[in-house]
Amino acid sequence: MLDITNLHASVEGTEILHGVDLTIKPGEVHAIMGPNGSGKSTLAQVIAGHPSYEVTAGSIVFEGSDVLELAAEARAQAGLFMAFQYPVEIRGITNAYFLRAAVNSVRKAQGLEELDTIDFLDVLEKKLAAIGWEDSFLNRPVNEGFSGGEKKRNEILQMAVLEPKLAVLDETDSGLDIDAVKAVAEAVTKLRSPERSILIVTHYQRILNYLTPDHVHVLADGKIVRSGGKELALKLEELGYDWLRDEAVAIS
Amino acid sequence: MSGQPVARYQAQFEQFATNGASADPAWLRDLRHTAIARFGAVGFPTTREERWRFTNVDAITKAEFAPSVRVAVDAGATAALAFGDPTSRLVAVFVNGRFQPAAASLAGLPSGVTVGSLTDAFTTHGDLIRERLGKHADLEASPFTALNAAFIHDGAFVHVPRDVELAAPLQLVFLAKADRAVVSHPRTLVIAERGARMSIVETYAGPDGVAYWTNAVTEVVVGENAAVDAYRVQREGDGAYHTATSQSYQGRNSVYASNAFAFGSALSRHDIGAVLDGEGAEATLNGLSVLDGRQHVDHHTTIDHAKPHCNSWELFNGIYDDRSRGVFTGRIIVRPGAQKTDSKQTNNNLLLTEHARADSQPQLEIYADDVRCTHGATLGPIDPKAMFYLRSRGLDPDRARALLTYGFGAEILNAVAIDDLRDQLDGLIHGNLESRG
Repeated sequence: MLDITNLHASVEGTEILHGVDLTIKPGEVHAIMGPNGSGKSTLAQVIAGHPSYEVTAGSIVFEGSDVLELAAEARAQAGLFMAFQYPVEIRGITNAYFLRAAVNSVRKAQGLEELDTIDFLDVLEKKLAAIGWEDSFLNRPVNEGFSGGEKKRNEILQMAVLEPKLAVLDETDSGLDIDAVKAVAEAVTKLRSPERSILIVTHYQRILNYLTPDHVHVLADGKIVRSGGKELALKLEELGYDWLRDEAVAIS
Repeated sequence: MSGQPVARYQAQFEQFATNGASADPAWLRDLRHTAIARFGAVGFPTTREERWRFTNVDAITKAEFAPSVRVAVDAGATAALAFGDPTSRLVAVFVNGRFQPAAASLAGLPSGVTVGSLTDAFTTHGDLIRERLGKHADLEASPFTALNAAFIHDGAFVHVPRDVELAAPLQLVFLAKADRAVVSHPRTLVIAERGARMSIVETYAGPDGVAYWTNAVTEVVVGENAAVDAYRVQREGDGAYHTATSQSYQGRNSVYASNAFAFGSALSRHDIGAVLDGEGAEATLNGLSVLDGRQHVDHHTTIDHAKPHCNSWELFNGIYDDRSRGVFTGRIIVRPGAQKTDSKQTNNNLLLTEHARADSQPQLEIYADDVRCTHGATLGPIDPKAMFYLRSRGLDPDRARALLTYGFGAEILNAVAIDDLRDQLDGLIHGNLESRG
């Protein structure tokens, strides 16, 4: 599904990622954990194709194709999705309108017929039912005046509707209370499938209580310093990131 | 101050006062004389004056506008400007400021409601008109208001009696018929008596490619407990000059909403004033400008909180392409004793090119201490964060840009309560945005 090899990336001339390697197979859920400033969000942004980040070395291969030369919209059309840490407010455009524009952009790129308003509402209602949510914010402008929890839920709704092959969740749990983390994680769990992979980028272990990862990686100073199963997340929760840093110092 | 340009209109006034208007009531003749004297004393504004700093009206001052004339049209002339079912809609048509009974569609008016020519209504509503006409749109506020008052003739009169509700929106269509530089001075007086409810839509339109001038004044009186939802669609021709004042005056517990859409004309200046003169009154002033080429629009708004416990909301958005320019002034006055005033003002300007320009100036004058007044303005190109957000959802850059641009208009459009009007405006916005590729 996704093969990242020796990825180096910079922003404004400062290198943030110093050689990341990561392989995700179809249906797997991976978690990338790490302290603030470790490069977690940079990795998510680089996968999504944010134009402010420059990849100076390495490759990202998604479904067998190198995506580094693709613009963000082409990656989305190919089935990549990133749930934003800070979802953007779009004035005047309702959520329903925005979702339909997104779905139709992807469908058009895939050579499928675009959905009209009525067909799309059908799809939307089914998706909402599948993740167990109400449609209360569909007619509000995108993210405008939304609470932190509503914004994150809205990202997951977009994921449900766009049906990506790979979803990167960039700190989807940050700023949420425990009930909201649980609601979001449970919805994402319902979206798991053998064909869909998920990469969760997070500082804290708690979201992983509700969304069990197959693999956990620790990113520190722009490199993956340790990989393991879900028990690694629990160990980090108990000992903190200093434990790894101390160990790294001890080894070197 | 005066000199040649002013003398032209003084001469037109003498002609008008002795011929067309000499038979009108003495109070109206007095009002006109006071008005032309005021215009003569101050002349056309210049950018040296604070209120006109950002809007240069030299093109109007220097052009030689002749008085417009009465032109007869039938209902077909305005069919494309009105909305709704042609068999049931309420439409009054004014050509060059003069009522056209033959083009009107007013059969569905409830009994007791009056819509028609202002001067015709002197016989039926003389005292009421005398009490209100020219009492709200201050002659001293703008030389153009004074010039309009000097030439009051015919015009529009709307009266909705106590507790009467107009079910369908009332459409006033002001059409300029001009093939050369002429000026018309449309004048409108709307009175919603205590407990009355209505929606009213003023549309101003005219031919492209002609440098005509429309100088309009509308006064709206919203009685105690009355509710008026007002819309104004300025879609004048591309060579037109449009100067206007819309002044509302509200009583206790009344609700007034003004939605000003500016799409047309080369140069337009619209002064919008709201006086909240009764406790519990609420006013909403919304506006949207969508401009391109070298168009210039200036919205100069004043909300006067004269009494306590009143709310006002103000939201003006502008979309400026090419070398167009938008000006917004949001003056909010909270009079001494107007405690518990709650006022919010927002002005958002989207600049689609580096040559487009917008100026925004809030002016808060607060003379009471227990009030809440907030204001905010944004100005700039499309937000790159929003662009990336949309692109990351699969939208190509053109589609993303179009959606974000449209959103500036949709934010104002979403507040339009009349479905047919919203569809019409949506078409105008989409048309304007698409024509510029």
